[in-house]
Amino acid sequence: MNKIYAINGPVVKVKDTKDFSMREMVLVGEKKLIGEVIGVTSDITTIQVYEGTAGLMPGDPVEATGSPMCATLGPGIISNIYDGIQRPLKVMTDISGVYVTEGSSIPALDEEREFDVTITVKVGDAVSGGTIYAECPETAIITHRCMVPPAVSGTVTYIAENGKHKVNDVICKIENADGTEIELTMVQKWPIRTARPVNRRIPISKPLVTGQRVIDTIAPLAKGGTAAVPGGFGTGKTMTQHQIAKWCDADIIVYIGCGERGNEMTQVLEEFSELIDPKSGRPLTDRTVLIANTSNMPVAAREASIYTGITLAEYYRDMGYHIAIMADSTSRWAEALREISGRLEEMPAEEGFPAYLPSRLSEFYERAGYVETMNKNEGSVTIIGAVSPQGSDFSEPVTQNTKRFVRCFLALDKSLAYARHYPAINWTQSYSEYYDDLADYYTENVGKDFCSLRQEISSLLIEENNLMEIVKLIGADVLPDDQKLVIEIARVIRVGFLQQNAFHKDDTFVPLEKQRLMMKAILMLYHKAGDAISAGKPISEIMSYGLFDKLIKMKYDIPNDELSKFDEYFSHINQCFA
Amino acid sequence: MIQYAGLSEINGPLVCLQGVKDVAYDEIGEITLSDGTKRLGRVVEMQGDKVVLQVFEGTNGISLNNTRISFTGKPLEIPLSPEMLGRTFNGAGKAIDGLGDVFAEKYGDINGRALNPVARSYPRNYIHTGISSIDSLMTLIRGQKLPIFSGSGLSHNKLAVQIVRQAKIAYAEGKDFAVVFAAMGVQNDVAEYFRRSFEETGAIQRVCMFLNLSNDPIIERILTPRCALTVAEYLAYEKNMHILVIMTDMTSYCEALREFSSSKGEIPGRKGYPGYLYSDLASMYERAGVVEGSTGSVTQIPILTMPNDDITHPIPDLTAYITEGQIVFDRNLDQTGIYPGLSVLLSLSRLMKDGIGEEYTRADHADVTNQLFACYARVQDARALASVIGEDELSPSDKAIMKFGQMFEKYFLNQGFDENRTMDETLDLAWELLSLLPESELDRVSEQLIKEHYDPAKAEKFV
Repeated sequence: MNKIYAINGPVVKVKDTKDFSMREMVLVGEKKLIGEVIGVTSDITTIQVYEGTAGLMPGDPVEATGSPMCATLGPGIISNIYDGIQRPLKVMTDISGVYVTEGSSIPALDEEREFDVTITVKVGDAVSGGTIYAECPETAIITHRCMVPPAVSGTVTYIAENGKHKVNDVICKIENADGTEIELTMVQKWPIRTARPVNRRIPISKPLVTGQRVIDTIAPLAKGGTAAVPGGFGTGKTMTQHQIAKWCDADIIVYIGCGERGNEMTQVLEEFSELIDPKSGRPLTDRTVLIANTSNMPVAAREASIYTGITLAEYYRDMGYHIAIMADSTSRWAEALREISGRLEEMPAEEGFPAYLPSRLSEFYERAGYVETMNKNEGSVTIIGAVSPQGSDFSEPVTQNTKRFVRCFLALDKSLAYARHYPAINWTQSYSEYYDDLADYYTENVGKDFCSLRQEISSLLIEENNLMEIVKLIGADVLPDDQKLVIEIARVIRVGFLQQNAFHKDDTFVPLEKQRLMMKAILMLYHKAGDAISAGKPISEIMSYGLFDKLIKMKYDIPNDELSKFDEYFSHINQCFA
Repeated sequence: MIQYAGLSEINGPLVCLQGVKDVAYDEIGEITLSDGTKRLGRVVEMQGDKVVLQVFEGTNGISLNNTRISFTGKPLEIPLSPEMLGRTFNGAGKAIDGLGDVFAEKYGDINGRALNPVARSYPRNYIHTGISSIDSLMTLIRGQKLPIFSGSGLSHNKLAVQIVRQAKIAYAEGKDFAVVFAAMGVQNDVAEYFRRSFEETGAIQRVCMFLNLSNDPIIERILTPRCALTVAEYLAYEKNMHILVIMTDMTSYCEALREFSSSKGEIPGRKGYPGYLYSDLASMYERAGVVEGSTGSVTQIPILTMPNDDITHPIPDLTAYITEGQIVFDRNLDQTGIYPGLSVLLSLSRLMKDGIGEEYTRADHADVTNQLFACYARVQDARALASVIGEDELSPSDKAIMKFGQMFEKYFLNQGFDENRTMDETLDLAWELLSLLPESELDRVSEQLIKEHYDPAKAEKFV
């Protein structure tokens, strides 16, 4: 029996043993706390413990499990809330009250719940990794597909009858090439630090529609893409993540609260169970998995929570779903790495972060992608990671390294937040490299003019930015009328288009078609007014038509399901300049 | 009980002893010096039979061979009882008001335990502070953690006293409301100021004070907020009271933590603070909240002085990433004699949107707040422009905005130390000030509200 030799915070050491392998899961102490081997030398084995180590003693037993840290995959994951190492928090409250307890070996899935299973293979069928052998409704909108684990293949020798089954019932048996019989239940395990295999990656071509105008037009997200949302405190990172999680057109949301506030997780829990998804008419919890490892929960589990989350996402991707992961916040995860690295007395690189920070970040973001799964379905995992830069300074290591590995960057701006411009996404600093990949989709599905409208809107904003430099010095009065018009129309774009009210029933989510029409109306006004100014009309007269203020309010005045109202706006603009 | 004689090493607040058996991580050891005095220490590192203890009272006078150490078998616990209200304790939870020890109803581990997020209830409903700027623009919600960011020489202590004196919850006049006050590294006369103010106003009866003065040992300072929060959790979740915890000054706490970390030889993160500063602060701030199955709540107001008024310094920065908003002092306003000189645009209460409105405060609260923020943001733009082109050259609408800004600061922000405004007074005052502006400038409130509240006649008194 191996025994604890040294303890320092979450790091425990065992002396003189060769029993452990790297990244193996171990059980530490009498309470069987969950830990992971993170260093092996001939002398010392180092273990990080995912739970509080108070009360451990040198000499307490350390037990090897022979397998790496695994996620438990099977029906019952959706709608659940887990901590960083996939312990169900709801069940935990029933067992141990309001506080998180240690070492409780609660199964990740409800083993008593019965699912209505339909077997989809026959005896004699040849199956291989990824083949779907059974299906069951998991929630009202998600059908769970049980897949043969990636490394397994063979011939089906037994199938259970259709009907009610519990997750651990054997519902299929396979004989592999060696003649060994393999029993398949509805559950499989997968090591959280290893990406699940796929057939191939497919180039990105579809947007992840969020209904947030500044994102969908200025810096669009793509299915299978990666995005970072950096911002100082109070700029609305969490709010942005919540909005995307609520409204984006992914099938399943994995929301990882990594080292963030407990009250925020409670808010997600409450809001998502009340909010109804407009597409399915079901509560948002029916498509959401929450991973909550708040800032006061053990730091090592915070490090693991990101991997647990992405493993769950990959599992559902393999069934052919589109998953969006919200990781809030990756900076806290990086800090957990730093904290553990410090306890191991590793040589620090920048700002005390370990030198392997960039490679860990890239490993994580590379697990996103639009893929053909092993069962020839299409699925995707999109990662949207919040970054909390120290001192709101984007030059710090986590932001800079993240920037290297993501292709969409939604920079949140303190000065916009102070002016209560929400979402406080800075339109000049933000970018999306997916824009070109998605242009065809927008042209075909939204409108031929979408891309050109969007381009003109961004140019106007840049032009305003340059003009504002002058205005700040000498005031707006001295500008010629055509430049004043740019300032005025840019105000309409900023207030009427980019600002979006998350608490307004129509404005909280805006379909792409309405976004296009809004841009069209704004630019129509700009062109008509520009022509009038060239013809000698003073801008003061044009302003007096009240069109600018009318367009600012159109986001509220035109309901999402009455887009025909835009025609009135177009003809009104035409009339004014007739 | 086994006693271990002598030590193998002393380094700052840490002592090291060898040959120890059956001691657990985080356990408390009692150190008896040869002259009979006793000190407490906590196990912070173990390697084989070697144990590192952090000594709360400091290592002055300890030598390698004048100590005997016995272990208690428990983490650090303090006695808990409802009788603790009205009492004063030192940073480690020992009574220092001469009234003897607390008769414990139970003992609580000062490190607390992490709340299960599922067991939390989302904080709703507010605490009334009687201070216009806070009540209207950055409403304090029960179960929230809302820090005050201040600087040396600003009136944060005065504000803290005023909040303690005036704070009440809407439906009950203080019956189940109490304050736990933790002072960390404050000067003697500041501590005296707090104590005197609480006594004068009679608030002392519902205050439990923990005092760690600036010349007290730093290890005790690390315990102070944890002791205070343990009492707060006990009163809130077991005795169903609404507890407001005021912790000042968090900067001293973080300095103490840095000192302790460097004496342990840990690898420093930013500005020499330990890499785990975020997790450490979170382990205290996250103890605010409302828990299912209890009608009480723990609300925190940590106060910190920003070194060199720098809000990007790690202490305010990490704090604001954990807390649900912040209240920020503005040195300029303070110097122009405005009390409390709070920076409206930098301050924020993240939870207020769910704890205000018809059900709790007043139906127009959210809109009027939005409008005040928007108008005051424009004041800053107008002022910047005026400083370049001169006030006379401003457009009429910018001039109106400038006027509004001036009056807003003079009448709304500025409030006497003894003035306790009701919610209605505060919101009505906001409307009167907004009435200084032309109706067309009010773009964040509905026409209905304008009809009800907008009245330029009422604004005439400001002209």
